This record gives sequence, C-alpha cells and structure tokens, in this order.
Amino acid sequence: MTESAKTFAQKAIERASGSSGLAPGTIVEVAPDLYMSHTASWRCIKTFEKLPGATIRHPERIAMVMDHIAPAPTAQVAGHHRLCREFARRYGVGHFFDVNEGIAHLILMERGLIRPGEIIIGTDSHSTIYGALGALGTGVGFSEITATWVTGVLWMMVPESMRVTLAGRLSPGVFPKDVMLKLIGDLTADGATYLSMEFDGALTASMSISERMTLCNLAMELGAKNAYVRPDALAYDYLATAGVEDPARHALLPDAGARYVRELSIDATSLAPQVACPHAVDNVRPVGEVAGVKLDQVFVGSCANAKYDDLVEVAKILKGRRVAAGVRLLVTPGSRDTMKKAADSGVLSTLIEAGALITNPGCGACAGDGGAMDQGEVTLSTANRNFRGRMGSYESAIYLASPATAAASAITGVITDPREVLA
Amino acid sequence: MNERGSSLIGGRCVKLGDHVNSDVIIPGRYLTSIDPVELAGHAFEPLGREFQDRFRAAKVIVAGRNFGCGSAREQAASCLVGAGIQAVVAQSFARVFFRNAINTGLAALQSADAEAHIADGDEVFIDVAAGMIETPSGRFSFPPYPENLTRILNAGGLIPYIARKLASEARR
Repeated sequence: MTESAKTFAQKAIERASGSSGLAPGTIVEVAPDLYMSHTASWRCIKTFEKLPGATIRHPERIAMVMDHIAPAPTAQVAGHHRLCREFARRYGVGHFFDVNEGIAHLILMERGLIRPGEIIIGTDSHSTIYGALGALGTGVGFSEITATWVTGVLWMMVPESMRVTLAGRLSPGVFPKDVMLKLIGDLTADGATYLSMEFDGALTASMSISERMTLCNLAMELGAKNAYVRPDALAYDYLATAGVEDPARHALLPDAGARYVRELSIDATSLAPQVACPHAVDNVRPVGEVAGVKLDQVFVGSCANAKYDDLVEVAKILKGRRVAAGVRLLVTPGSRDTMKKAADSGVLSTLIEAGALITNPGCGACAGDGGAMDQGEVTLSTANRNFRGRMGSYESAIYLASPATAAASAITGVITDPREVLA
Repeated sequence: MNERGSSLIGGRCVKLGDHVNSDVIIPGRYLTSIDPVELAGHAFEPLGREFQDRFRAAKVIVAGRNFGCGSAREQAASCLVGAGIQAVVAQSFARVFFRNAINTGLAALQSADAEAHIADGDEVFIDVAAGMIETPSGRFSFPPYPENLTRILNAGGLIPYIARKLASEARR
C-alpha cells in the first residue's frame, strides 16, 4: 500500500473536478460528462421552470430517455412525454430517446454515449451499470439533474472503495446474476453503502460486457455509489462497435497498492443458482431451498437481465417447450436493438411459440408498467428489486433470479433449478 | 426557533426498522406527481392506515440501518417534507436518499446510538448545527454536516439554493 496509489473512483472524481490528491470523504464539485434523465425528465423540466433566468449550460451533455412508463398509458403521462419532446427540441438536448427505444442504461451504452473514465449521473439508482465500460455511473435525484443542467456541476463525495475479486468458473446453469444475488445475501442490502465497488479477477475478465453490466447493475442493491470493471480489449471492441471515437481518452485504471476498505475473493466454481425471496433483495437462498414455490407470472426484463444474451438463455430453455398452463410469461426486451437482434436470430419466434407475451422494449413490469399482480399472486422476475407492492398489490410477492431460472420455472409453473431442465 | 430560543426542530417521532426502502416510502405508481403535499397522502401506503395515521401526526422519523434504500426517486424525501416531517434520525442512510433529503431541505441525521434509546411516540428534538439529538432518554450527538451541505439545507434544498445563487449573480 502506498500513499499516492489511487482507486478508480479517486481518479475519476479528480479528473471531473479538476483537482488532485483527493482523499476519501472529501466533498468536491464535479462536472459530469453526461446527465441522464429517464421518465423523470418531466420532473427535471418542471423544476427548471421554477428557476427564473436559468439557462442550460451544456445541452449536448443531456440524455433523455422515455423508458419507465412507455408508451403512455394515460393522458397525464402523454403530457409528460410531450413536455420532454418539446423541451428537447427547444433547448437542443443532445440525446433524446423516445418511447420506442427501451431502457436508458442499455441504450446509452449501445449508442456509444458511455466512455471509460467519464462520470455519468442519472435519475436512476441503477446508473452503477456504466461501470461495465469502466465509467463512473451514479444515481441522483431529479432536482440534481436540473441543477446540473443550470450549473454544469454537482457535489460529490470521494467514496472509499471495495474490491471484489471473482475467480473460478461458473458451472452450467449459473450466471453472473447468481454471483451477485449470493453476494447481496452475504453482505446484505447495505454491504457496500457509499462505496465504489471494483470488480476484478479472472472470472470478471472472462465475462462478456453484458455479464459485466449485470454485476455493476446489481452492485446498487448493496448500496454502492458506483461500480467498476477495468476496461480491456473486450470493452474497447464493444465501444468501437458502438461508434465511440477515441474511447480510451479518459480511461482510468486503479493503481496497484490503492487502499480498499474491504477486499473479498470469491471462487464461484461451486456456486448454485440463487433466488432473492420477498420482500428484500438480500433475502437470498439457493434455488433448491425455494424450488416448488407456485408461480402466477414470470417476468424477463429490466436493466439487470433483458439484454440479448439473456433472451438467448431463455430461448435455449424454452425451445420446443411450452409455458405451464396458468402461468403468464412476460418478456420485455431491454432495448430496440436487443429486440431487433432477437427478431433477426429467431429468438423471439422461439419465445412466442412457447407462449411468451412479448412487450415493447423498456422498463415494463419492473417499474410497474404492465404486468401487475392481484393480491396473493407470485412473480419470478429477472429484475433487480422485489420490494413490496412494486408490481401491483401490496399483498403480492416477487422472487428474483437469473433468466435461466426464470425460463425453467416458466415451463414448470413453480420455482425450478435450471440445471434440471438443462440436464 | 422554539420556545427555548434555540434552533431546535422536531417533536413526536414515529419508529421504523432496518432497510426501509423507497418503494415502501412512496410507491412507484404515485411518481406522476411532484407535489410534496399530494405525495404525502400516499406515503407509507404499503404499511397500512394505522401506521400512516401515526406517521402524519409525527415530526420526526426514527429508523435503523439503511433508511431509504432502493430507487433514486426524490419523492421518497419530498413526500416526508409534505407530511410535515422535519428530520429523519437513523443508524445509517442509503446514499441517494441522503442526497435527496438534503436537496429537498429535510434533515437526515446519522446516529449509531440514538435509535436504540428512542421509543415510538417519544418527543425528539434536534439541533442540526450543534449536532445534538435530545430524547427522553438523554442526548446523543451526530457529526454535523459539512459547510457546503449546510448551505444547501439551510436554503431549503438544492433548487432554492441554486435560485438564490442565480439571483445574486444577476445582481452583480
């Protein structure tokens, strides 16, 4: 350990604040590189309108995405969407994505708006996901986005950091979602509160960008401020495909010898599929302990697990099989690009033949937009939250698991270990 | 200011446990509003009417670990302001809730010890500047806010703070 060695978060906040030698706990003003607002954009606009004489400093840094409630189910929501569209045109908002595009987090990465080393603030707690490309993403409130529109800066505390070294190989039927659920169960919902969570190790390096997204997305459920995977050749390939010019220009790597308040090493080789039980994400058990719980609905969606490869895993299990009678299987592709790819490759046909209901890309049932449950009903979801009442009745229940566990359970109608179906 | 002549805030408290999440504080279905008073009517709906009635009579929320975890929804803080809550005292806060509280002018005070010594319905008074919580079972201290966050809190939140800054820049 050396005094001058720095973590990723220290370096990222130093770059964005134009300062150096920042110790954890210091509060500084940073100039974020991108300000994402999703369905909350209308709240940001209404707040902006309360500030007489305010102007927008960097409209090119604003990304607005109509993802949480889309298309509009009511006239009120249609009004919110319209307000955002008109505002985006009038003020020259750099990046506006309408109701057809999907989930903000996935779109911003697919469209080359997330670059290593940069700081992205978003009106969504799961903005930690941008760490999959070596960026510092973190969630903020809508007033903070408005304030940043006007001033170009926001206060941020330099966090302490935690390093999680992942080793070993995932056995068939086990996925990064299971790794994270196990970690959340072990560390509990505040196990990484206010920490920058760096993922490292051979298993992390072997993961696809989509799998790294799942790691960084779920870090939020430990309370992390942000998450990070060091950008490598795979990340740079992804960034090149996304059309990013000079993707390494702000890239940052943690120094060897940087100080971590906690270091964990996990060998995932013997890990079983995991399930988070109602009504907390840290109420986690191996799938074997909850197998047989009767389901009314299975939801494959959300920024955690509705990417193309997630849909492929579901299709592998559903191919030639049928969703159990009496079970509703909702599949909400994460983005328009994901949906197109799944249409072109035949994945969507496989899902439809099995009896799945395919919805438009977006947040869907995870944000309570469709897919609601009556009292006493039970959903197994691939999303990242199972809080009481999040999907309908306060007397309904949500279990969380990987896409493979979701698919296996959709076939049987009860929570099922995917390894039994894959065998 | 209260009758004692100090800048105490607070009053009767209502108690909650660990990991109270923002979906429970204000369910997602009500996020079509940003009016704190309207939102206050739906705050803690998943916990039922009896709790909601006690909550509405309170001035302070006292909770355990990780209060406000989950969604970044700012309404989780503003709905409490709309219900007349002046402060939340907790063992610890989720990061985004802590930010949202300051930014909506709600005092979020972290004390490792106070929660265990406060009973539901106790009168709890807080001196934010001095870092002191007064309860029937004694006084507890908390680390005062850093100066830059104090300025935001004292302005009544981030947007009033920015408005004040813009106004002073316009006068220059």
